Amino acid sequence: MATITETEPQTRQNPMTGAEALVESLYRHGVKVVFAYPGGASMPMHQALTRYRDTIRTILPRHEQGGIFAAEGYARVTGEPGVVMATSGPGALNLVTGLADAKMDSLPLVAITGQVPTGVIGTDAFQETPMVEVSRAITKHHYLVQSARDIPRIVKEAFHIARTGRPGPVLIDVPKDIQNTIIRDPEFDPPMDLPGYRLPPAPEPSRLREVVEAIRGSSKPIIYCGGGVIASGAAEELREFASKTSIPVAMTLQGLGSLPSDHYLSLGMLGMHGTVYSNYAINEADLLLALGVRFDDRVTGKLSEFAKHGRIVHIDIDASEINKNKFAHIPVHADVKEALAALTPMVEQADWRDWHRQIDSWRASDPMTYPDRDDAILPQYVIDEFSKLTDGEFLMSTGVGQHQMWAAQWTRFKHPRSWVTSGGLGSMGFGLPAAMGMQAAFPDKLVVDIDGDGSFVMNIQELATIHCEKLPVKVIVLNNQHLGMVVQWEDRFFAGNRAHTYLGPVDHPEAIGQGAGELPEITYPDLVGVARGFGIAARQVRRKAELVDALKEMIAHPGPFVLDVLVPYQEHVLPMIPAGGTVKDIIKG
Amino acid sequence: MSESNRPADHRRHRHVLSALVQNTPGVLAHISGMLASRGFNIDSLAVGETEDAHLSRVTFVVIGDDRQLEQVRKQLEKIVTVVRVIDISREAFVERDLMLIKVDAPPARRAEIRGLVQDFRGRIVDVGPEQLIIEVSGQESKVEAFIELMRPYGIRELARTGRIALVRSSRPIRTGPGEVDGPAPEVEEVVGHSQL
Repeated sequence: MATITETEPQTRQNPMTGAEALVESLYRHGVKVVFAYPGGASMPMHQALTRYRDTIRTILPRHEQGGIFAAEGYARVTGEPGVVMATSGPGALNLVTGLADAKMDSLPLVAITGQVPTGVIGTDAFQETPMVEVSRAITKHHYLVQSARDIPRIVKEAFHIARTGRPGPVLIDVPKDIQNTIIRDPEFDPPMDLPGYRLPPAPEPSRLREVVEAIRGSSKPIIYCGGGVIASGAAEELREFASKTSIPVAMTLQGLGSLPSDHYLSLGMLGMHGTVYSNYAINEADLLLALGVRFDDRVTGKLSEFAKHGRIVHIDIDASEINKNKFAHIPVHADVKEALAALTPMVEQADWRDWHRQIDSWRASDPMTYPDRDDAILPQYVIDEFSKLTDGEFLMSTGVGQHQMWAAQWTRFKHPRSWVTSGGLGSMGFGLPAAMGMQAAFPDKLVVDIDGDGSFVMNIQELATIHCEKLPVKVIVLNNQHLGMVVQWEDRFFAGNRAHTYLGPVDHPEAIGQGAGELPEITYPDLVGVARGFGIAARQVRRKAELVDALKEMIAHPGPFVLDVLVPYQEHVLPMIPAGGTVKDIIKG
Repeated sequence: MSESNRPADHRRHRHVLSALVQNTPGVLAHISGMLASRGFNIDSLAVGETEDAHLSRVTFVVIGDDRQLEQVRKQLEKIVTVVRVIDISREAFVERDLMLIKVDAPPARRAEIRGLVQDFRGRIVDVGPEQLIIEVSGQESKVEAFIELMRPYGIRELARTGRIALVRSSRPIRTGPGEVDGPAPEVEEVVGHSQL
């Protein structure tokens, strides 16, 4: 249920404006941080925010996309809706990628946009965009506020919808005249009007008994778990269930952290860049327990071949995910946390020693490895060393590309909600702003953005935010001067023809793929210089021997820090199952 | 739609879905946008108010196999303003389509047309010097049969509501002395092109 905090209202001012009612509503929903970039159509709300500065921290991003990615980072690490605000037109449109990103990765967001006054809506007024129209397909729900009196109800519904069921983004578009309308005796806890919004039912006992029977009859079971386990806060339940049954666990990109990476049942990540042994195990399994997952193509490859030897149990909070891509023999429409909590007392440990031995032999024959080189810093090595130094006590975000996959493969996670990455949408530029939101949620934790030089530059303006807002975010840029993942695909599928994947000046030979060596003498842009220009400490590392020292310097640094690590662009993310392929197509390296 | 390892019924059937939706701006756009973006084809769509002023009923006809239908229904139910979705064609139901059709009707041929209108239990709602407007309602097949019959006379304009439908009461309800609430669907509206 949507909750209105028990705390005293901040204001007893009466009457108040629509904008004040909105901010008071945010306050009563426990909002601590808002990422907000002002403009003409949102000024009244910003004015109201200044009167709440003791309870709501308003962070000014340097681009609305940075603001919404930050809200996503905040939402993922706290489990509470992230709140972002923007003005009408271009401001609101800059939220679009973030809305779609949050929808795909099921992150709770409340996005508030200013809109032109009601009287001029539909006239192509200055900075007018029909935001509800634009965001319809990429939000969980959306509102165009038509009366100031509705604001408390709409905010209440928005929080309820964003955080319950399968979480997602909700947009509230507020015309400027409504922000300025005076309301007398606003009612802050009105009944919600959501006759069509239903939460998932409790898991059906008969279905759970079927699951238990399926487990009992299985000789090669495997758990395939994803973001739903994190979203529903079911990591503890998963651990208990897996430990009690001793069923091995393969995690999706968004499921990482559900089980600690070093847990004896963890097979790491599955899918396109997953471990060989997790993919083999999925392929061989006679029972697939799919928990809070959506059978994404980056996981399944060729759908008809995926887990084709096994029966499938699919537990998901979203009914439309069940049977969407893959038929579930035993569908369980329920919150995965409730389902696991109910299942664990019903199951027992079986003798799966043969199965475990089989998996162990795959682990032994195809372990995760990377070349041991002293003449270059391999990106895998950087993540590996960072993991060793931090022992899982960090919050990590990433951009999108090779560095993201290496981070997923080589980071040793200890806790759920410590890994924040744009999975479904794959939005480059996500890492730095997401980290800024994560740091705002947990000012004292070590927050690190593992980034690529392509992704980092996409939202590099947020260096200003982390400096000005005193958010001590650490950034490790795995800098290979290229769009590495596209380069990898060029190498694999396009005979290495470089098609606009070099990030340096076009008159460099490498711009047409004729560069020599692994690293240029001078890198572009000068990230250390750029960071310093923003007032942020930075260091570039070229030699492997320096790396650990540089990581320690970064971790110990009290403020934000950019560590620019030069890595060879020739390195590929492996293993790899090419898109649409099967386990037979694994490229091991 | 994607593949599956299910021995699924891949035959495409005609389904009539009825969705009760909140009467809020944009709900129709939301539904039609969702259907379009997920590649579901809609044969017919009709919207109107219901007995409850807060709710509208959207009736649409989708052609698809079982899996597609299951997805359409679940995706519809996910829309917050959609209150309830029923696959009406899985139940006993009454379905109607209303058409207004303007045909060339010189005085010499009017009697003939009038006869056809009567056979189809239609009504002539406008009489002009050279043309008639005829109202016909019924099942899609009946309406289409009438269109075919009118084609030789010359159809000038045509407007249709799209299908609307309601599930029958679970047990026949007596509406008058000895009269039940209409015949079963397979025997109703026997008037069709082939039967004439």
